[in-house]
Amino acid sequence: MLVSILSLFSSPQFRENCTSNNFPLVFSEVELVVRPVPENQEFLKRFLPKLEWRALVETARSLGNESLPLIQPETLTDDQLKALHHVLLELHVEQGNMTCKGCGHVYPISNGIPNMLLAEHEVGR
Amino acid sequence: MSRPEEISPPEIFYGDDEARKYTSNSRIQAIQSQMTERAIELLALPEDQPAFLLDIGCGSGLSGELLDEAGHYWVGMDISPSMLAEVALEREVEGDLFLQDIGQGFGFRPGTFDGAISISVLQWLLNADTSSHSPPQRLTRFFTTLHSALRNPSRAVFQFYPSSDDQVHLITQSAQRAGFGGGIVVDYPNSKKARKMYLCLMVGHQEVPRGLEGEEEVSRREGVRNETRRKKERNKIVGGKKRKEESGKEWVMKKKELYRIRGKEGVPRDSKYTARKRRVQF
Ligand SMILES: C[S@@+](CC[C@H](N)C(=O)[O-])C[C@H]1O[C@@H](n2cnc3c(N)ncnc32)[C@H](O)[C@@H]1O
Repeated sequence: MLVSILSLFSSPQFRENCTSNNFPLVFSEVELVVRPVPENQEFLKRFLPKLEWRALVETARSLGNESLPLIQPETLTDDQLKALHHVLLELHVEQGNMTCKGCGHVYPISNGIPNMLLAEHEVGR
Repeated sequence: MSRPEEISPPEIFYGDDEARKYTSNSRIQAIQSQMTERAIELLALPEDQPAFLLDIGCGSGLSGELLDEAGHYWVGMDISPSMLAEVALEREVEGDLFLQDIGQGFGFRPGTFDGAISISVLQWLLNADTSSHSPPQRLTRFFTTLHSALRNPSRAVFQFYPSSDDQVHLITQSAQRAGFGGGIVVDYPNSKKARKMYLCLMVGHQEVPRGLEGEEEVSRREGVRNETRRKKERNKIVGGKKRKEESGKEWVMKKKELYRIRGKEGVPRDSKYTARKRRVQF
């Protein structure tokens, strides 16, 4: 799940007037579940360049997962790849909130589904 | 008969009842998966790589399921809570789901996705459901933010049901203005029944694929041939989630195993009846 949450918001103006400091979204009041999926190193290696490592690690730590080092290693060990797989694909926020640091908007998550609906006047341009 | 998009807004039309009826209808299942197969073919993804894809208007995951089977990871968007929470979750689809109105645009980091599919959805954007909705504005917002969310080069393939040439024109024009290349692909243009329209959009310079030719009868056979070819191609892929062509039974056993690992309750025990075809009863 973090694979998609960490793909949200860096510069695009999703919500009206929300143009800066909007990445990553900050989780609060979370309920977590783990859903095991088969490992796929190839996918991870291809996704890695798109990832902002520091945002990933900080987000994981905010969810109580300390398995990844703050500084991105040049090559990941097998154990680090396992940890990355777990954090990106197996860890799910079932309930909780995601808050945008930029504009303060709260996107609630229920049943593992983030609600990204905006009021009409909030839609970005 | 009126078109669903003219009856009520999508999140109302696809309420709990309709979402269930839609998803359990075997004729709909068959058509949606056929069109999804074709859309995946038109995406022309690199063969040996698991991709990160967007399923726009994913509904209950009929289309997403085929992305799972092809070994891809996907994110599904839909505006109907019933489709997502009542049906897609119940069916344990693998993609990450978001409740989102695609007419409001996406907020993904530039270049996130390797491609996008959308099956039977785009026509919904042509209806103004409230007085503040302007279809051209929503289309523009949608295509612009989609374009930025896709990597270069990549494709987005939409199967859709336009109700007029004007609609097709409006859609292709907004897509072009948003920076997309590509265009319309019509399969079986001369067959009333089998005719299907795909909008095949491209990021970066690429050639537009050709539609399938012929009448339905011919096309069926053709379809079967394409199908075996496609399956052969898929078998070659390595390193993905589910690579080999599996029998129905193997697939069911794998799913059951997955559910057990996840500690799901009530997974039926395996028996000689597991994944047997049920006889149709009248
Ligand atoms: C015919 S269903 C197709 C669902 C799925 N793609 C499939 O092939 O089974 C159309 C879907 O489009 C969704 N939809 C319509 N308008 C939408 C919008 N503005 N934003 C997101 N989803 C929308 C509906 O909720 C519905 O689930």
